[in-house]
Amino acid sequence: MTARLPPGLQLEKVDDRIMTLNVGPQHPGSGHMRLIIKVDGDYIVSCDPDPGYVHRGEEKMAEYRNYITNIPHLERPVIHDSCNILYPYCLGVEELLGLEVPERAKYVRVIASELNRFTYTLYWLGIYGIFLGHSTMFMWPMGDREFAIDLLEKLTGARVTHSYFVPGGVRNDAPANFEDVCLRQINYLEKRLKTYADIFYDNPILIARTEKTGVLSREDAIRLGTTGTVLRASGVDYDVRTKEPYDVYDELDVHTNVLKNGDSYDRSKTPWLDMLESCNIIRQALEKMPKSGSVRVKLKPNPKGGNDEVYKRVESGRGSLGVYIVSRSKPEPYRVKLSVGSFRNLICMPYLLKGEKLGNMPAVYWSLNYWPVEADR
Amino acid sequence: MSDSDTSIQETETKPVVENQQELPKFEKDHSDKITAKFGSKSEIAFVKPDRIRVNVKKEDILDVASFLRDELNYDHAESVTGVDFPADKEIEVVYHLGSYTDPQLSRQVLSLATRAPREDNPNPGNDSTKLPSLRDIFYSVEFHERECFEMLGVFFEGHPDNRRLLLPEDWADLPPLRKDFAIKGR
Repeated sequence: MTARLPPGLQLEKVDDRIMTLNVGPQHPGSGHMRLIIKVDGDYIVSCDPDPGYVHRGEEKMAEYRNYITNIPHLERPVIHDSCNILYPYCLGVEELLGLEVPERAKYVRVIASELNRFTYTLYWLGIYGIFLGHSTMFMWPMGDREFAIDLLEKLTGARVTHSYFVPGGVRNDAPANFEDVCLRQINYLEKRLKTYADIFYDNPILIARTEKTGVLSREDAIRLGTTGTVLRASGVDYDVRTKEPYDVYDELDVHTNVLKNGDSYDRSKTPWLDMLESCNIIRQALEKMPKSGSVRVKLKPNPKGGNDEVYKRVESGRGSLGVYIVSRSKPEPYRVKLSVGSFRNLICMPYLLKGEKLGNMPAVYWSLNYWPVEADR
Repeated sequence: MSDSDTSIQETETKPVVENQQELPKFEKDHSDKITAKFGSKSEIAFVKPDRIRVNVKKEDILDVASFLRDELNYDHAESVTGVDFPADKEIEVVYHLGSYTDPQLSRQVLSLATRAPREDNPNPGNDSTKLPSLRDIFYSVEFHERECFEMLGVFFEGHPDNRRLLLPEDWADLPPLRKDFAIKGR
């Protein structure tokens, strides 16, 4: 019977000691993906990640829609970070069509994408907390996340799926009192974030649970091509916002947070430090932003790109997010490829989980800052 | 009035055209190193600010990739993209390479492109659509090449794990990112 099943559906029996364990795809401990784990007693001997449970074919869909109508569906892989996933796409289309973005729109984009970093990272932090059995760390980020969502709702009109970035600027201007409200709420949010250290990051139970688990050395982080917080937790100073600044990031003072140990603890701390840095970035952007002006250039209907290709990348909540667009003089792109941070960090899973205790699986898995829906696209 | 307007426009547009022809210096030096080593085997498709594209034949891709890693310090692949060109009867595979270790290259993304023959009735893994795998040179391409195999049917020879990744295990249709796989209703 098993011989007739296609590969991947078979469950092979190795020997009496080793047991195969399916984690997911519907188990909340793995997100929407399956981990095929083989355990010997309490220890993981091999891990085979099997993504694709929520694969939606975004790249294929993008070949059938023109540059503007691609916007709402391309943000679907990460609705919590929808501005950041549209950012490289818009930068790429602007280069293909030769558009110049107004100065005010550039600052509004920076503010929107940094606010999205909050909504994504706080959501992730809540899940990370509950899977380590720390239910306060589930409640607090989910509650504080509302401040960032409220600001984004004020700015864009929608709570999660904003569709706010368009080639040539942003869809609409910020409302009149946005800057004051934003500054006030960011200051409050920063105060709240700092209290997370007392309850979570300085908590001896959490440190005992996550320190020295799933250690990724600097050399391996580079060799495996990891990105984002996973890379920076292993001691590599790399952030697209500082290394290849896009829009107005070169005019802002962005500090890159680098930690050295590369274990689950450092990997979970880097996103939190990034959020504190985002507060600084937003305050600087609010200060330097032109107080008035256009936020969008007018586009012709069905604009066509030339016979060209473009690869643009930004720093999202999960790492470098690249979009490769091939254009063949048509209103639709010939090929759109999303090179997402989650998919690039997937390669760490078999590597880090091998030899770990099964009980450490959630601590290692969620510290990778992995979003299954984005990896599947 | 109108004469003077056109003369101003001409003087304004002229230096812009010159700037476009002048290639960025660092990228130009970098691409010259590749040309000096491989000559006609490698074709520099374009040199833009921070972006270089090199086209090679599939027989030479392992040599060029080793050279890029060992001599020019590219250490990881950001993405592997397959692009289908039914009119040319070819499938193009583009590797976007970057570097974490060399601070000079932190802005750069090098596209290394090669082409595999394409068959109208694909039988993924058992037809002529094959390329050598770069997994032994850039370890990070492992999952990207698996995705490319299932989405376009390009078999990577030397890859240790050529299984399905994102598609269902019982997928029996064409590789979905080929142009002849059509979405219903579109």
